[in-house]
Amino acid sequence: MSARVAVVGASLAGLRAAEQLRSAGFVGPVTVFGEEPYPPYNRPPLSKEVLSAPGDADPHRLHGMVAFRRRAAVGDVDFRLGRRVVGSDLAGGVLRLGDGSRETFDALVVATGLRPRRLPLPGPAAGRFVLRTLDDCVSLRAALLPGARVVVIGAGFIGCEVAATALGKGCRVTVVEPAGAPMNRVLGERLGQAVQRHHERAGMTFVIGHAPAAYPGDAAVSGVELDDGRVLEADLVIEAVGSTPNVEWLDGNPGLDLSDGVLCDNRLAVVGADVAVAVAVGDVARFPNPLFDDVPRRVEHWSIPTDTARRAAATLTALLAGTEPDPAPFTPIPSFWSDQLDLRFQSYGSPGLADEVRVHEGDLDDVRAGLLATFHRRSAHVGTVAINLSPARQRELREAFTVLASAA
Amino acid sequence: MRITVDLAKCQDHGQCAIAAPAVFQMDEEGRLVYEGNPDESYRFEVEEAADVCPVQAILIED
Repeated sequence: MSARVAVVGASLAGLRAAEQLRSAGFVGPVTVFGEEPYPPYNRPPLSKEVLSAPGDADPHRLHGMVAFRRRAAVGDVDFRLGRRVVGSDLAGGVLRLGDGSRETFDALVVATGLRPRRLPLPGPAAGRFVLRTLDDCVSLRAALLPGARVVVIGAGFIGCEVAATALGKGCRVTVVEPAGAPMNRVLGERLGQAVQRHHERAGMTFVIGHAPAAYPGDAAVSGVELDDGRVLEADLVIEAVGSTPNVEWLDGNPGLDLSDGVLCDNRLAVVGADVAVAVAVGDVARFPNPLFDDVPRRVEHWSIPTDTARRAAATLTALLAGTEPDPAPFTPIPSFWSDQLDLRFQSYGSPGLADEVRVHEGDLDDVRAGLLATFHRRSAHVGTVAINLSPARQRELREAFTVLASAA
Repeated sequence: MRITVDLAKCQDHGQCAIAAPAVFQMDEEGRLVYEGNPDESYRFEVEEAADVCPVQAILIED
């Protein structure tokens, strides 16, 4: 009998894993378990197009805007949606589901991704939002009315995108960030400040260097109290303060390192899961990328689910067949984009690793006119960020890393 | 193999032109031009282009 593969997680990473198992020649049964009720969909538009699209808030209509097309090759993959996996026994090949039922498997793909971190602050629950899932987006959409006073906590990429969309919908938007310039963990302080000045000219307000301390309000949040006692009045608050990997369902399996996602080797095989055939994909997978160094990291960039799925599927298929997985190093080039107001960011590599930012083209006082920066660690090129640069040049920007990858 | 790109969705990210440069290109104005009926030998890279399209605008009709 053919081995049975269980994929836990039905977002981009889980879908791509199923597709890539078929591409890799695996013909056995594949079952994908997804906590959300919706077939796999693309998340980036949730902070932009779906949040701002006109029309009613019917989640199925909105899902239609972002649903991934189902390839014929995965027509026989069994998608179990609305089924949350709450526990597992890798050695025994068992998954425990939220409804108390059990499912068995011979090989496992971990694709459970992340959930938004919530701030443990006192105050009412109503009026506090996060954005990760389609349902989060549907709730937030209904609250983002013209004239609404919106406070976004966290000036990372998602926070800035949501702030830009809210501004575009006619909201009054303040972004609170305790730790420096917007997006500075990726862009660095100087470029982050340049983007901040651009966003401020468009009407966004930033409060940098202060943390929220409490949410005043009775039935619903009426504002954000900062750590200096100041209160920002608000009709709604959006927390965009990072994510937590969904790994609790793997607790209790000896040998796994779940300290930050799931530790994997460079082939995406789960480290310590020697008793089982298990791989991890997407932003829950912590793996070393020799393109940069040998430090295992989780990568929350949109390109990673697709890249890791291809390699993990090849690894899993080889392990099941009892053959040696491809020894070539896995060196994916992370990339992502972000649309904020009239700016489009495109990033290649890992700019967040850099200790130095070099601006090659453009003016920090007018980033809208186009900007190109490279990011360096101990002078080695580790990342590139372009703002409003012609799409015709994207290939050349990524090419620099293709060269590095082939040398890794 | 037949390809259609939903140009109402396409936002000229240019990622398809990285994945399958023989089939998708971005012209001097940064607009997408593509071959709608590429040879079957390009299937792997065309599928990759469809996968990496940020707005999922590329449809491969088998």
